[in-house]
Amino acid sequence: MTTAHAPVTFTAENITAGYGHKIILSKLSLPALSGGSLTALIGPNAAGKSTLMRALAGLIPSKGDLHLNGGDLKRMRLKARAGLISFMPQNAATDINLTVIESVITALKASPLDYLSADHREVRQLAFDTLDKTGIRQLAMENLSQLSGGQRQLASLARSIVRNPKVLLLDEPTSALDLHHQTLVMKHIRNFADEGRIVIVVLHDLNLAMRWADQVVLLQKGTIVASGSPFEAITPGHISRVYGVSSRIEFCSRGLPHVIVDDINRA
Amino acid sequence: MTDHVEARYSRLIRRRYFTLAGLTAALILAFCADIAVGPSLLGFGEVLRAVFLPDTVDLGTRVIVWEVRLPYSVMALLVGAALSAAGLEMQTTLNNPLASPFTLGISAAASFGASLAIVSGLSIPGVADEWTITVNAFVFAFGSVMLLNLLARLSRGTIATMVLFGIALDFTFKALIGIMQYIATAEALQQFVFWSLGSLSRSNWDGIRTLATVIAVLVPFSFAASWQITALRLGEDNARGFGVHVGRLRFFSLLRVSLLTATAVAFVGTIGFIGLAGPHIAKLLAGEDHRFALPASILSGALVMSLASIASKSIAPGAILPVGVITSLIGVPLFVWLIFTKRKNL
Repeated sequence: MTTAHAPVTFTAENITAGYGHKIILSKLSLPALSGGSLTALIGPNAAGKSTLMRALAGLIPSKGDLHLNGGDLKRMRLKARAGLISFMPQNAATDINLTVIESVITALKASPLDYLSADHREVRQLAFDTLDKTGIRQLAMENLSQLSGGQRQLASLARSIVRNPKVLLLDEPTSALDLHHQTLVMKHIRNFADEGRIVIVVLHDLNLAMRWADQVVLLQKGTIVASGSPFEAITPGHISRVYGVSSRIEFCSRGLPHVIVDDINRA
Repeated sequence: MTDHVEARYSRLIRRRYFTLAGLTAALILAFCADIAVGPSLLGFGEVLRAVFLPDTVDLGTRVIVWEVRLPYSVMALLVGAALSAAGLEMQTTLNNPLASPFTLGISAAASFGASLAIVSGLSIPGVADEWTITVNAFVFAFGSVMLLNLLARLSRGTIATMVLFGIALDFTFKALIGIMQYIATAEALQQFVFWSLGSLSRSNWDGIRTLATVIAVLVPFSFAASWQITALRLGEDNARGFGVHVGRLRFFSLLRVSLLTATAVAFVGTIGFIGLAGPHIAKLLAGEDHRFALPASILSGALVMSLASIASKSIAPGAILPVGVITSLIGVPLFVWLIFTKRKNL
């Protein structure tokens, strides 16, 4: 049932996507990604990060090649895709009278998964196991509408991983979270990657990217400015060019790098 | 500790089944009371005997029960069920808690269709005269939802755009109704006003058979889609990510909504509030897992409608008020009471 140790490769090449007539990404290619890696997608507002994520997830139409383990994702039926790629949107629904466990079961049952039997006990077991993975079993019976921001993200995370995807796409999962929940969410995401999945996460906090990601893709106005290891992608030069601020990378007493922003670039 | 939560989940599921059972019991009681109440004073036992053992009562009682009371009560039940089921699907697929057959112009369209038939006295080839108003109301109601779907597709707008289109349609049809009323003769106007108030007194077995068939054919499809509909409540991106064809789900859902609403409204005229309150009562009682919300919505819609039907016959002794006037009067207090009592322990 688990595909954790099978080698996974994901390629996205010449992706063109947008909304209606407005093209946001034009022939963008990501470096080839393989299982076990955590890629952070960073860039200023309106850089096309969310558009790219939604195109990769197949939520919006796009041109170009998307392959997972050599299989053409664009020719795949929506249901087949939904077993392979999972997307966690930026905002989860709040005005809904549904418990956390019900929402996770719904994520499982919304479309059939070939490895999942129709047996209620098995479905329920899998859903509770997923809550354990995200550490929110105690929230199972809480109503989604009454969760705190951090709890809501963890519940949303549980829904995105319950179908055991090979590729996990997360759109700003840590924005609006306190330090505890930021760290918690990043740890979980890191774990999923370490289990052999491909994880791509949109982050605004460059220090989180620096700390947790294996590779970083820096996006600006729909094109890739830099990609590579966190050290290669997050440099004062790139930060100045993309964000328009002057900054330093300093190493703390434990030798870990930190981005320190000094000022806005003078025009 | 860990088993504790799972046990609580099992209890929640059990409680939801109990809720459905409770609603069913309340509905049966209300339905029996509804048959028993009426201008002609028949005893409760006599009415029940007429229903279950028709041969044991005299002809007069049998006629009253089978040709007047039962069609009235059964139609109340079916109309409540149809409008409430339609309202629930509408609220979910349009992601708007205020969506109902009323707010989006479907009822206004049906009224306009009816007014056209009444005021112009037109007849449709191949349709018996006594069905003209009904068929015309249906055609306009169904057409309005299809128009709504078309506008939404053409504009490639968001769901909010669709709701706005619906409201625009509502105003348009109301303006057209105003024109029809203005040019109508006094008799036609009176007939139209009576129609638009929503009344069960036109109920007959043909109408019941038609509406029951529509419900029986469509509702199983809603049940089959209940997981997808619940997923849609979690957000469009989420639902797509879980493998739900959102566009297709929405189209077929609105198709069901339009058929249910158009048929119900065509037979009884404008019945307000049920399509809005029924689903909310259901969601308060049974949550938003649509496996439970859908049956709960059908049951609570039918229940409120049955209660309204009882009230329509008992408020003014000897007279039957149009039930469309009563639904809000009955529904609102129940609704407010539920909001105050249930919200706290959600």
